[in-house]
Amino acid sequence: MSGLAFLIPIALGLGLLGLAAFFWAMRKGQFEDLDGAARRILIDDEEDER
Amino acid sequence: MNAPFARGPIDGARLTDSRFTVPGMRCAGCIAKIERGLAEIDGVEAARVNFSSKRVAVRHNKGLTEQNLVEAIEKIGFEAQKVADNPLATDDRESKALMRALAVAGFGMMNIMLLSVSVWSGAGGVTRELFHWLSALIAVPVVAYSGRPFFESAAMALRHRRTNMDVPISIGVLLATGLSISETMTGGEHAYFDGAVMLLFFLLAGRALDAVMRNKTRAGIGALLSRMGKSATVLEGNGAHRRLAAEDLEPAMLMLVAAGEALAADGVIEEGSTTLDNAMLTGESTPEGVRQGDLVHAGAINLGNPVQVRVTAAASDTALAEIARLMDEAGQSRSSYVRIADRASRLYAPAVHSLALLAFAGWMIAGAGWHQSVIIAIAVLIITCPCAMGLAVPAAQVVASGALAKRGLLVKDGSALERLAEVDVALFDKTGTLTLGEPVPQLGHLTTYQASVALALARSSRHPLSKGIAKMLEAEGIAPATLSGLREESGLGILARSGDTPVALVRPQNAGDRIATSLKIGDEAIEIAFTDPPREDAGEALAALNREGVGSSIISGDRPGPVEAIARKLGIAAQAGLLPDGKLRLLEGLKSDGHKPLMVGDGMNDGPALAAAHASIAPGSASDASQQAADAVFLGRALMPVALAVRVARKTMVIVRQNFAFAIIYNVFAVPLALAGMVTPLIAAVAMSLSSLVVVGNSLRLAKAAQ
Repeated sequence: MSGLAFLIPIALGLGLLGLAAFFWAMRKGQFEDLDGAARRILIDDEEDER
Repeated sequence: MNAPFARGPIDGARLTDSRFTVPGMRCAGCIAKIERGLAEIDGVEAARVNFSSKRVAVRHNKGLTEQNLVEAIEKIGFEAQKVADNPLATDDRESKALMRALAVAGFGMMNIMLLSVSVWSGAGGVTRELFHWLSALIAVPVVAYSGRPFFESAAMALRHRRTNMDVPISIGVLLATGLSISETMTGGEHAYFDGAVMLLFFLLAGRALDAVMRNKTRAGIGALLSRMGKSATVLEGNGAHRRLAAEDLEPAMLMLVAAGEALAADGVIEEGSTTLDNAMLTGESTPEGVRQGDLVHAGAINLGNPVQVRVTAAASDTALAEIARLMDEAGQSRSSYVRIADRASRLYAPAVHSLALLAFAGWMIAGAGWHQSVIIAIAVLIITCPCAMGLAVPAAQVVASGALAKRGLLVKDGSALERLAEVDVALFDKTGTLTLGEPVPQLGHLTTYQASVALALARSSRHPLSKGIAKMLEAEGIAPATLSGLREESGLGILARSGDTPVALVRPQNAGDRIATSLKIGDEAIEIAFTDPPREDAGEALAALNREGVGSSIISGDRPGPVEAIARKLGIAAQAGLLPDGKLRLLEGLKSDGHKPLMVGDGMNDGPALAAAHASIAPGSASDASQQAADAVFLGRALMPVALAVRVARKTMVIVRQNFAFAIIYNVFAVPLALAGMVTPLIAAVAMSLSSLVVVGNSLRLAKAAQ
């Protein structure tokens, strides 16, 4: 029973953390352009000539 | 690595944001080219491409005009147009709110389920009470937050003395939550928190799917919409030029219309002569020569020389606006269409409510006491599972519209699919719909030298016939001849010299009904005939529609000659020379005969007919207004997507009906259990998930429907 006192808050906390992360990602526009994100991995990085 | 390309902040300059739509981007290479190319320009701080909506957002200092940036993007190799600040923001807000509600419901569902499983596997006494309290702690805020879309819609329906799907859902969720709280307080055995939150989760999933489908298509169509004739250059009395928006134009102003520009108002030509492309307005495939004193209409595109036009009617008085009004009126009838989900819920809601009431009354009479009777009534509300109902339609429609999008057809919303499934006759516009709307020249009889002269002449003109010749010859790899003294005379043609020989590409003397041009080299004249052939698969597409039991015919604003030629070729009936209101009357007539017509068209002149038809489809090359009025837009050179749309829509409705049938059969088994008082929270949760999974699984069968 005393274990539960630790474990349940931890479980809930982790869940809330995930939820907060999702909200943050949404507000930052991470889901705005899913097709683009899928294609951007194919872009070669050019060496900056500086 | 994928941060927006930036050159670092530009000192002291005030920055502004502009958005451009770039319909031509296709791949990762395009993204990189546009972002890097723009970032290299002085005054641009950052550029970021949004591939899904085919847009690019640019942060630049105020010294750069939109025109500069459009030209810069064109230099990189893409057509671009300025777009107003995010016109889709409102739809975005709605779907974002749904997504947030869905995430919260998902979080609540999983955590409450965690606690519920412990209770079901035998936790008792103090532990059970603690877990119930914890579940309540999670569920109450989750229901308050995630249930809002349903509560608002239910409240709205009740205020108007109507009922919809959201009323039983809201009542069920609120009652289940309230009862579970009172159970928790009194230390009861069963709490339905998990059921209530799970119900919300599944229903929100259905709503979110619906919203995603609508937004995806809107973004796709939004990328196609141009800025046809939305502004004009006005010549002031003192010779200064001013750029005015179309709605600010007034009669008696003098417009300067550049070559390639669309007219923003009706007017009379004051100075100059040119050729106009009226295809969007009248469906006429041949460009029309106009001179000083001729009346010209908004929406026509100037193909020849710059002309000055004295405005006679602007903004809402133009012929174009008249057509738009016709469209509005015609579109009224469609808004009264009731979607299948709503028709089902009209039966479903009262049935469920009376069942729950009956259960309550029955157990009260049987002497079970308040508490027991309420629990059973709520179990009935929960187990009748509006989740299968709520998912039955959106799940199938999302899968189907995804399958159609892969084949180049964008469906605007679910009701469009439902209406497409019901059509029984199809009416096609000719120019730009059955045909590609690009005249194709017959060049087989030219010698290489003649072809090279023709190419050099054709390249210097914006006339659609010249463009057609240039495109064809460039594709054949002909090298253009070297000419001198190129000049274009409007209404006549292009003149030049090849060495000492005068050469020209002019209108033939006796063209009559045919579309043709004449290549003159010295004294020799070679006629080049044009055809606007039907799309390559037009015959197959019409045959496929026929197999679905949908007969086709042509209704066109073009002259009888070319229309009849195509009708004969395709073996269908045709009516030519129809004005916009003529097309509209024809459709109204069909509708009053009990038909459900499908209209396929592209021009402004088809707009009212598109809006009035039971369902309508426009090609991607159509005018903005036509695309707005249509239920679906098809891209590319094939006509097959039109036939596919009807076939897939019908398959979708079959699957939707299966889903409903399953939901009903499920209820036939589940409701007696609930009435008998045998449904525990565990059984409710299992039944709910299972039925939702079956409905989604059945809908996934549509993924291959469009092949």
